[in-house]
Parts: sequence; structure tokens; C-alpha cells
Amino acid sequence: MSEQLTLPEKPKSKLTLYKRIFIFILIALIYIWTFTSLEIRWDNIFSERTLDNFDRIIPKFFQPAVEETGNILEMMFETLFIAYTGSLAAAIIAVPLAFLCASNMVRNKFLNNIGMWILGGVRAFPEIVLAIIFVAAVGPNPFAGVLAIAIGSTGMLGKLYSEVIESIDMNTIEALEASGANKLQILFYGIFPQVLPEFLSYAIYRFEIDVRASSVLGIVGAGGIGTLITFAYMNRNWEEVGMILLVIIITVTIIDQISGFLRKRLV
Amino acid sequence: MSKESSFVPKGLYPFKTKLIITIALMVVTGFYLLSSIKTESFIVHFFVKLPNVFGLVGDFFPPDWSYVNQVWPKLFETLHIAIIATTIAVIISIPFSLLTANNVTTNTWIYQGMRLILNIIRTIPDIILAVVFVGLFGIGAFSGIIALIIFAVGILVKLMSEVIETIDMNQTEAIRASGGNGMQTISFAIVPQVLPQFISFSLYVFEINIRASLVLGLVGAGGIGQLLNTQINFMNYPAVSTIIIIVFAVVVVIDFISGKLREGLV
Repeated sequence: MSEQLTLPEKPKSKLTLYKRIFIFILIALIYIWTFTSLEIRWDNIFSERTLDNFDRIIPKFFQPAVEETGNILEMMFETLFIAYTGSLAAAIIAVPLAFLCASNMVRNKFLNNIGMWILGGVRAFPEIVLAIIFVAAVGPNPFAGVLAIAIGSTGMLGKLYSEVIESIDMNTIEALEASGANKLQILFYGIFPQVLPEFLSYAIYRFEIDVRASSVLGIVGAGGIGTLITFAYMNRNWEEVGMILLVIIITVTIIDQISGFLRKRLV
Repeated sequence: MSKESSFVPKGLYPFKTKLIITIALMVVTGFYLLSSIKTESFIVHFFVKLPNVFGLVGDFFPPDWSYVNQVWPKLFETLHIAIIATTIAVIISIPFSLLTANNVTTNTWIYQGMRLILNIIRTIPDIILAVVFVGLFGIGAFSGIIALIIFAVGILVKLMSEVIETIDMNQTEAIRASGGNGMQTISFAIVPQVLPQFISFSLYVFEINIRASLVLGLVGAGGIGQLLNTQINFMNYPAVSTIIIIVFAVVVVIDFISGKLREGLV
């Protein structure tokens, strides 16, 4: 064993090497651009004032305003209702759109693409931007929040639904067709039993996300607990912010647990 | 034979299933009515308010394209916030995702503790984090970056620890058996197995961060949201629609690029 054993050289094509160098340079450029053009006033951040803020604010989070619990809980329930109504509406609106997108249901590439574009377009808007638009349209009330959540969730649910529909067993449908079932019967006996559990599971999952999303909608005036956050924050009432945070954390955790349990039962 | 041939099912679904479905539907509808009353958001309202919606669409159009030049600097700030926050979050999340994977961290206390902390972090919406950090550090991009880092670490560690938990542990055993230490086990057995997923998730989190950083400015944490907020307060809707169209375009382009990159990876 005097001779050092070495592994044979890895076969590496020139092309992948160039590709990697190109990507590396691109990433480096992006970082250089980022770090040279972002203005952060460091002297402002590491100043006496920041330290004061830490001393002033952090302790207050740990002595949350318990006396506000009733009020906060009421708004939290409003948040939940907004999320629920919005998710339910989205779960229903998303179904026809999903069928439009699924290539095994609508065998028209053009229509599929239109469906995809609608869903993709909706998904590109953050909920809160939608909420801004709806607040301007229907006024600052929970209804604007419901609309924002409904439209925002449709994008994601439609996409997930269409993936579920595309993965179903088409033999069942052929069998139904062969035995003379009409379109509606195929839908009810061939497609729905296969997709409903997963549809429901995704809808519940989306509800989980929507609870989180709707808790901030109030910042732009669309109802729910976010309204309280804005007020508390503008009045520098950090005890109340702490309490609101606590309520949100507990509520979201409970909802996550319940929804996780339900989803396990479904699929 | 005669008995079998005369067998006709009452329905395709058993009675119990029907009962469960009926109860579930009733509960769902009941809750719907309750929340409709509580939020005063009946579907009818939508049709009543429809003229308003159309009227507003009229206000939004045509977009004010002369406003575009004011949008670019803030848009770039938004991108920078997302890039820096994602980068730092990715680096931070590596040790944490190892600590939150129960096949690497065999100590139950550390593992459960980490999971608990991450679960709590994930329940806090990004904008609320931004509110808190703006309170601490003052208005500006820095607060946004810190908020997004924490937000992104919460998501990334969860996704990554799940991937690490599913890896093939025989390789780590093999390296331990041949005398590799902890670091060597991680870098030669775990990293190669999870790297593609890790990069893919990082890109995914980058997409989420872009979307999140667009709205952080609403609470003063830097980026394009600040412009959006001002213009809405001034009711300068043509400018608002310019911003929204640009936001939309940026999100679509970045999702597309990152989607293509992720397809190439996994």
C-alpha cells in the first residue's frame, strides 16, 4: 500500500462548469447590488434610543394588559369569522376554476391556460393589498376582509384542487361512462368521492393560513383583531400589543391543532 | 340466486356516511350564518356594493404612469430587504433545523423545546413582527429585515427539519462506524442528501419574503408598502394602481424564475 489510492476523476462536462460559473457570478452581482444600494442608518439603529426602546418595550410584553382580554377576544372571534367566511367562499369558488384548469376534465389547452392565468394572477396579490382595494371599494368593515380572504384563498385552493383532480383514477369515470351515466352522475359518483376528502383537507389547511392572514387585515381597516393592533401600536400601548400577541398565538395554536386532527381523519 | 338478483341497494352510500355528511354540512352552514351575522357580510352585500366596486375600478384606471419613477427606488429596497432577510434566515436556519430534527438531535428536551419555540414563532404574522421591530428599532428597512428573518426562519426550519427526519440514516451510521465525528457526519452524510431540497426551500422562502416585504411598509418597515400607504391616504388611486401593477408584475416574474430554478433542482 505504498501507492496512495485515489478515486478516478469525476466526469464533468464543460457546459455544467460554465453554467455554474455564470450562476455564481450572477448571484455575486445580486449581492453586491443589494449591499451597496440598501441604505440602513446604523447610527440610528445602534443608538441610545434603541436601548431605551428595548428597556421600555420588552418588559411590557411580559406584563400583558389582562384587563383588555374581553375586548381582544371579541375581536379575535371577529377575525375567526372573517377567516371562516372567506375560506368557505374560496373553497366553493375554487371548485369550478379547478375543474377548468384540470387537463383531464377540460380537454382544451386554451381554457386550461386561462384558468391557470386567473388563479396565478389572484395568487400574486398579497391578501393585504387585496384588502386595501376592497376597503376602498366597500368601506372599512369586516366585509372587506372577507372579500380579500375569499379572493386571496381562491388562487391557492384552485391550484391545489386542480392538481388533485388531475391525479384521480380515470378508470372509474370510464366505467361510469360505459354503463351510461350522464355528466352529472359521473361528477357525483365518479369524481367527487375521489377528490372530496383532499378538497376538504386543503380547505381546512387554508383556513389555518387565513386565520393568520385575517389577523393583520385590520391594519388597513378590514376588520378583526388587526384594528386593535393599529390602535395599541399608535398609542404606544405595548402592554396591549403583548396581550394581543398572546391571544393570537394561543388561538392560532388551538386552530392548528384542531385542523391538524381533522385533516388526519380525512386523508 | 333469486335472493341475490333481487338485491337492490337503497343508495350508493351507507346510512352512516350520509348522516355524518348531513351533520357536517349543517355545522358548516350554521357557522357560516353565524359568521355572516357577526361580520355583517352577507353575499347580498356584495351585489349591493357592486356599483361601488366598479366605481372604484374606474378611479383606479387609467394608472398614472408618470408615477413609475418614484416607484423604482422603493421597489428595489423591497427586493433588497427580501434578499438579505432570506440569506441570513437560510444561514441561521441550518443549525436550528438540525436541532429540530429528531433523528439528529436525540435529546428529547432540546428537540421538543425547539419545536415549541418554532411553533410559537410561526403563529405570529409577519406584519405584527414588523410592528414590534419598528417599535424597537424605529422606522426603516432594518426593522423589516429583522422581522422577515424571524418569519422566514420559522418556515424554513419546519420544512427542513421534516426533510432531515426522512433521510437515510444508514449513511450517518456508516460514517460514525468508520470513525467520523459529528461535523463529518453532518457534512458527508446529511448535507448531500438534503442540499437540493434545502436550496429549493430557500427559493420558496424567498418568494414568500418578496410577497411579505411588499406590505411591510404599511407599518413603516421599509419598502414599497410605504409608498402604497401614503398614496392610499392621499386617495391618489391612479398612483396606487401603478404600484399594484408593478407589485403584481414583480411577484409573477420572481415566482416564475424561482419556479423554473426549483424544477431544475428537485
